[in-house]
Amino acid sequence: MKFSIMVNEGPYTHQASDSAYHFTAAALKAGHEIVRVFFYHDGVNNGTRLSIPPQDDRNVCTRWSELGQQHELELILCVAAAQRRGLLDEDEAKRAGKNSDNIAPGFEISGLGQLIDAGIQADRLVVFGD
Amino acid sequence: MTVLHIINKSPYERNSLDTCLRLARPDSAILLIEDGVYAVRAGSSASATLQQALEKHPVYALQPDLQARGVPTESLIDGIKVVDYDGFVELTTEYEKTQSWL
Repeated sequence: MKFSIMVNEGPYTHQASDSAYHFTAAALKAGHEIVRVFFYHDGVNNGTRLSIPPQDDRNVCTRWSELGQQHELELILCVAAAQRRGLLDEDEAKRAGKNSDNIAPGFEISGLGQLIDAGIQADRLVVFGD
Repeated sequence: MTVLHIINKSPYERNSLDTCLRLARPDSAILLIEDGVYAVRAGSSASATLQQALEKHPVYALQPDLQARGVPTESLIDGIKVVDYDGFVELTTEYEKTQSWL
């Protein structure tokens, strides 16, 4: 079956990003296809590569990156939500005249249309948030 | 259309469980995750709500979230089924849609 996942909450806020991660990993393990993981609102904060949690804690951002690269997942950050919160890829940083980007490997910045498309393409859209 | 309703809020914090139960159709199921699992304890003030829910819907609770909150499975109201993440995925395939009550 085809799944799309929506994450509306940042890392270390409550539990939505963890729940979404574990659900996605379990769905992949069961042989399902993940069409896309769409990060919206504060959820875009999951896509930074500059997060440095304590060594004995899970690294929520890196974990998404690794799962994404391992399974060639589309990890999409909403562009408007990302710009507001300072999540930039190389192009966005250049365009906005910023001296750095911070997007983690495996993530891409794109538009809200990708959420609609994710809902259309998948058999199930599962939403995680707070 | 069958729906899996996902509740992630404690019944002592928000009224999402009550609202969901008011609107859920008979052929739908309830899955309690995150702080939503606080509703499952027998003898708690939420147990009457859950008992009523169980008359109409299958009710599930996510095991890792019960464990993380120190809610022993033997304290659950009779009839509530416990699932892990694999079971969570399976439930989403069994029901035609999922509705997260955020």
